[in-house]
Amino acid sequence: MEDILRQIIEKDNYWIYITLMMVGLYAIIAKNNLVKKIVGMNIFQTAVILFYVSIGVKKGATIPIIEHVHDTAHTAIHAVDYINPLPHVLMLTAIVVSVATLGVALAIAITVYRRYQTLEEDEILKQIREP
Amino acid sequence: MSAHYPALLVIIPLLASFFISAAGWLRPPWCFPLALTAMGGSLLVSIGLLADVIRGIPDLYWFGGWAPPWGIYYRVDHLNALVLVVISGVGFVNLWAARPTVDRELPEKAGAFYTLYVLFVTGLLGMVVTGDAFNLYVLLEIAAITGYALIALGKGRAPLASLNYIFMGTIGACFYLLGVGYLYIVTGSLNMQDIARLLAPLHGSRVVTVAFVIMMVGVWLKMGFFPLHAWLPNAYTYAPSPVSSLVAPLMTKVMVYVMIRMVMTVFTVDYAFGVLVLNEAVVWLAVIAIVAGSLMALAEKDFKRMLTFIVVAEVGYMVGGFWLGNRSGFTGSVLHIVNDALMTLCLFLAAGSIIHARGESRIQSLQGLFSTMPWTMGALVVGAMSIIGVPPTCGFFSKWYLLLGAVEGGHYGFLAALLFSSLVNVVLFFRIFEIGYFEPMEASHGGASHGHAHGHEAPAMSEAPLGMLVPLWMTALGLIAVGFYTGEIVGRVIRHAIPATMF
Repeated sequence: MEDILRQIIEKDNYWIYITLMMVGLYAIIAKNNLVKKIVGMNIFQTAVILFYVSIGVKKGATIPIIEHVHDTAHTAIHAVDYINPLPHVLMLTAIVVSVATLGVALAIAITVYRRYQTLEEDEILKQIREP
Repeated sequence: MSAHYPALLVIIPLLASFFISAAGWLRPPWCFPLALTAMGGSLLVSIGLLADVIRGIPDLYWFGGWAPPWGIYYRVDHLNALVLVVISGVGFVNLWAARPTVDRELPEKAGAFYTLYVLFVTGLLGMVVTGDAFNLYVLLEIAAITGYALIALGKGRAPLASLNYIFMGTIGACFYLLGVGYLYIVTGSLNMQDIARLLAPLHGSRVVTVAFVIMMVGVWLKMGFFPLHAWLPNAYTYAPSPVSSLVAPLMTKVMVYVMIRMVMTVFTVDYAFGVLVLNEAVVWLAVIAIVAGSLMALAEKDFKRMLTFIVVAEVGYMVGGFWLGNRSGFTGSVLHIVNDALMTLCLFLAAGSIIHARGESRIQSLQGLFSTMPWTMGALVVGAMSIIGVPPTCGFFSKWYLLLGAVEGGHYGFLAALLFSSLVNVVLFFRIFEIGYFEPMEASHGGASHGHAHGHEAPAMSEAPLGMLVPLWMTALGLIAVGFYTGEIVGRVIRHAIPATMF
């Protein structure tokens, strides 16, 4: 039991992202309302974004802005003192992608609503079967 | 100039899409010529790249002059040069054929349609040419998002089908991204060849296995590999015809290319076929995909929907052929990317012409098509022969290599599935020929628009416009031409793409 707890606590970022991902997946699969499904999809994407952000973290490191300290002996830059900025930069792009996907999905949801006057999937399927 | 070809390939259509979008507001008639010019430009550049590759000149492009492990670079080799020509060729021919349908069905959305069309092809070209794993994800999403929007332009159930595609496509792309993330954790690099170099001593690691499996599942979802194909038939059926004939030939084939690229360049052959012992299982999955796709196609009552299930079966051909893990299987798989893109384009263009002329594509409504639309049906026959695998059409040759690979690898299940699928295709298409050729036009059929007026006389020709027939016949003749030049394509291009360690 203690081993499992330690596993969870030491690797908390992985557990959090997987939990979030499963929440999103559950919404995509199980929810009946199309907008709820879209929100689930967005949670799914956010989980991956958080995963990336968390892997750039280092213990005891600071944000990756290099301090210019003049007239001291400490002019050398130690990479260990700064968190890894690359995953964060990648995620800026991924956030743009996720916003674009969300926008397209919501726009299509509006088209669906105009066509069927509802966003509940079972009601739409009923209308398709009995025109 | 030619040093900039890899960048131009993507930049020409990308810039053109901005101008087309502007022209959509200001000068709508300019949209089509602009889009056609952009596609033509990409086609010429990709042919130039293929010629360079055949002559043995490597095409590397460092963006902003940054050297590879740090900067993003585009790399053209024997594997992707061929796929680039196919993508830009299909994009060009299909755009030409799209005009009559767009003018009639989407007149007020023409600007948006051509913008999305060109952006979609941009995304696909970028995915194929890039040498950076994260860049591939971004371009994958560009192609996917424009694809969703294009499919949602259709009538009836199209928006709902597109929404389902969005959910599945996003999960697939996120899985791919997650795989890249795990690779980044262990290697600290995003450049494909750099990852491969750093990955060599890590082949026993569980993280690498997880990355591999997650990435493959993501890519399979995007290509509609059998158990993960649920989004594909509806999305491709309800999309407008010019969109179906763009997305169906290209998206699945490009994802097969991405799978091959990831396994070959990033994980390397030694890892995929030596360390992991997945190939046997994946080939069996492909066998199931082929059989299931063929059977579901047999059950369909709509011509276009039947074609989508043939696409599902064809994805099984390519995945299975690649995972056989021998030279013949690899050759067959890559050759089938080219051939299947052309065959699917030919069949979907024919379906588009039929829908344009008749307004529907139910198999039972295809009576008398050979007398009213002889040119369309002629091209359809060539496409069908190629899907079945009758020489000298190109479908025969890739199937031959796949069968050869199955025999060499001792995989008789795959062999049986290929033969079974060919037989099912014979049944599928000869049923259509029979209805189109022998069953007379019912006088009451088709409502008031035709039939009544002619009574018992021979029905008049109601052929699709020339703007659709010329591209259709170009594709049909292309199928035969590629068949005749198979030896050249395999000998000069595909043979050099096979990694030396593969036996």
